[in-house]
Amino acid sequence: MACAGTGCLSNRSADVKKTLQEEIARHGLDDEVLVVSTGCNGFCEQGPILVALPDGIFYQKVTVKDVPGLVEKYLLGGEPVESLLYRPPGQKEAVARMKDIQFFRDQRPIVLRNKGLIDPESIDEYIGMDGYQAMVKGLLEMTPEQIVEEVKKSGLRGRGGAGFPTGVKWEFCRKSPGNGKFLICNADEGDPGAFMDRSILEADPHSVLEGMVLAARAIGASEGVVYVRDEYPLALRRLQIAIQQAGDYGFLGEDILGSGHDFRIRVVRGGGAFVCGEETALIRSVEGRPGRPVPRPPFPAQKGLWGRPTVINNVETLSNVPTILREGGEWYARMGTSSSRGTKVFSLVGKVNNTGLVEVPMGTTLRQIIFDIGGGIPGGKRFKAIQSGGPSGGCIPESLVDLPVDYEELTKVGAIMGSGGLIVMDETSCMVDVARFFLGFLMDESCGKCTPCREGILRMHEILTDITEGRGTMEQLALLEELALAVKDASLCALGGTAPNPVLSTLRYFRDEYVAHIRDRKCPAGVCRSLIHYRILSERCTGCTACARACPAEAVKGKKKEKHEINAEVCIRCGACHEACNFEAVQVY
Amino acid sequence: MNLEMLDEIMRTYGYEESGVVAMLQDIQRKERYVPEAELRLVAERVGIPASRVYGLATFYRSFSLKPRGEHIINVCLGTACHVRGGARVMDKFTRDIGIQPGETTPDGKVTIEPVRCVGCCGLAPVVVVDEEVHGKMNQKKVSRIVEECRGVHREGVQA
Repeated sequence: MACAGTGCLSNRSADVKKTLQEEIARHGLDDEVLVVSTGCNGFCEQGPILVALPDGIFYQKVTVKDVPGLVEKYLLGGEPVESLLYRPPGQKEAVARMKDIQFFRDQRPIVLRNKGLIDPESIDEYIGMDGYQAMVKGLLEMTPEQIVEEVKKSGLRGRGGAGFPTGVKWEFCRKSPGNGKFLICNADEGDPGAFMDRSILEADPHSVLEGMVLAARAIGASEGVVYVRDEYPLALRRLQIAIQQAGDYGFLGEDILGSGHDFRIRVVRGGGAFVCGEETALIRSVEGRPGRPVPRPPFPAQKGLWGRPTVINNVETLSNVPTILREGGEWYARMGTSSSRGTKVFSLVGKVNNTGLVEVPMGTTLRQIIFDIGGGIPGGKRFKAIQSGGPSGGCIPESLVDLPVDYEELTKVGAIMGSGGLIVMDETSCMVDVARFFLGFLMDESCGKCTPCREGILRMHEILTDITEGRGTMEQLALLEELALAVKDASLCALGGTAPNPVLSTLRYFRDEYVAHIRDRKCPAGVCRSLIHYRILSERCTGCTACARACPAEAVKGKKKEKHEINAEVCIRCGACHEACNFEAVQVY
Repeated sequence: MNLEMLDEIMRTYGYEESGVVAMLQDIQRKERYVPEAELRLVAERVGIPASRVYGLATFYRSFSLKPRGEHIINVCLGTACHVRGGARVMDKFTRDIGIQPGETTPDGKVTIEPVRCVGCCGLAPVVVVDEEVHGKMNQKKVSRIVEECRGVHREGVQA
């Protein structure tokens, strides 16, 4: 199983696969060993990844050079190759089997059940993993009402952001009068820092199509649209292959399996606008207009695409549906918390050892996610906060690390579930800078239709820029808070309504940091360029000249094998010396 | 772009207004930007005012109305890349190449553009050069990419 997700491909996994096939042929093992390209394995940090079945041995960071040895020692000799096995951070002992690695061991894959196990470009492999069984059941043995009922029983809620109960949404649309209903799959993953939808489409596109056929049957839609990001070329290609194959097998098109149910899917590529995550904006965009939201009601389930009743579900939501119908709603509802059932896929990224995709039951604590599965913070640094929910979300401080993650608990502490992006930050992340980052993003992405969002975000961003550049005043801090509340109340859609969250949550938990920037003109985390300077600790400096060579401004003075110094007046604070130093002698103040 | 090719693109989407974004995407894929002449022709053939096509091309951020370089360097400034130093990677590119984000070198060789997340957050900070993803970037790797881009130029000039 050779991972061919975008992460591993960028680490030349295609060359590794090719070499592996050549080596296998050279040793005459063609009949015994099959090399399969899979979708994203999820443990992107360790790519390129190879998993050997049936033993389940997990090989990581495999390069072309490693391949001949791997074939000789492992495939011919039957011995695992020690040097390519995973070692947990700070431990000497290697863990050979994938299922014993903590990153995988503590996960509960439902949506990601097939990731890394099947070739996403083969419908037969999906069928081999019980694929399309739920569709057969849903189309031939159940009424649309029963499908809705089963999904309601499961407690499944929208995985794209707002967490609206999926079954209720379907029922609402089913009961709306009107013909020619639409189903839209939202694959326009706009939240920076979240990439589960991309991975699902790259690793298991048929699970999404099967979910769509069932959803369409439930609401009575005969036409479906997948609205996918144009920036995801691989996901787009695999989706199109899957649609073609499903059509060839008679799983899409007219009178599917003789059930009388027609359903066709077409793909629409998004133009790259965050606001299109808002349902009414997405509908405008599919219609070929600029994606600007309109007031609700009427809701899309009443009057959506081309004025007809429409359901919009996210990729991950739909991918859950086949398993729910196969195993039953009650089975699914047994996982998770009382208000949030089932599992959730998180993209665990930032300052954490094991970055990648993580699927856990709702109610798992942040501590389990960050420290058990994620393996903690790299470089012995201290955990500071975790950002959940993307630009509409908030930062959760270390003191709340035992929070069980579900929709309600996250909202209570000022964050949101969103699409499931979890960005870990350590002591070297500045919370004012993070707030400014998100506001900058939202400023660019605001569609400009309503004034509170368009102007409010701009002004908040100005104040945050002043603070991070050392011009902030305490009066501005009060104004920032007032503005944030006004934008939250007065904006037309959820983009503006949640835009102040990054500001409000950091003010709530990290006000000290704002004050330090304003009163002391200091950035405690050492991030904000105008407020920091670099210095070389003479006791650690070995005079190796690495920093002097890296410096683009010729600010580092010192001869070989002598102590170096930084001329603060010339220094442009680019951090090149800090990065170049192997002895941690360059420090930020 | 010749008229035949443009016509083929428009035919794929049935000359429909709902297909204009897709047409612009296909034009941009071939030309690396959306030239004014093509934009006007799309409007004319689809039968809508050019202002409306312009509106779409400026609303959606993936379009460029200015010519872009032979090599396009997309520096990811999504959240995961930001906390792992994406801004410093961007600074290094702009310093080494001598242009600002969103600009193209005067010789038309290189364009630097910021992007908001390419979905490889596990490898942050990430840079995409001509659709090839480079993960775990640092300032040293930036120098190597800049050299590679320049190397390709020289070959290009010789050929």
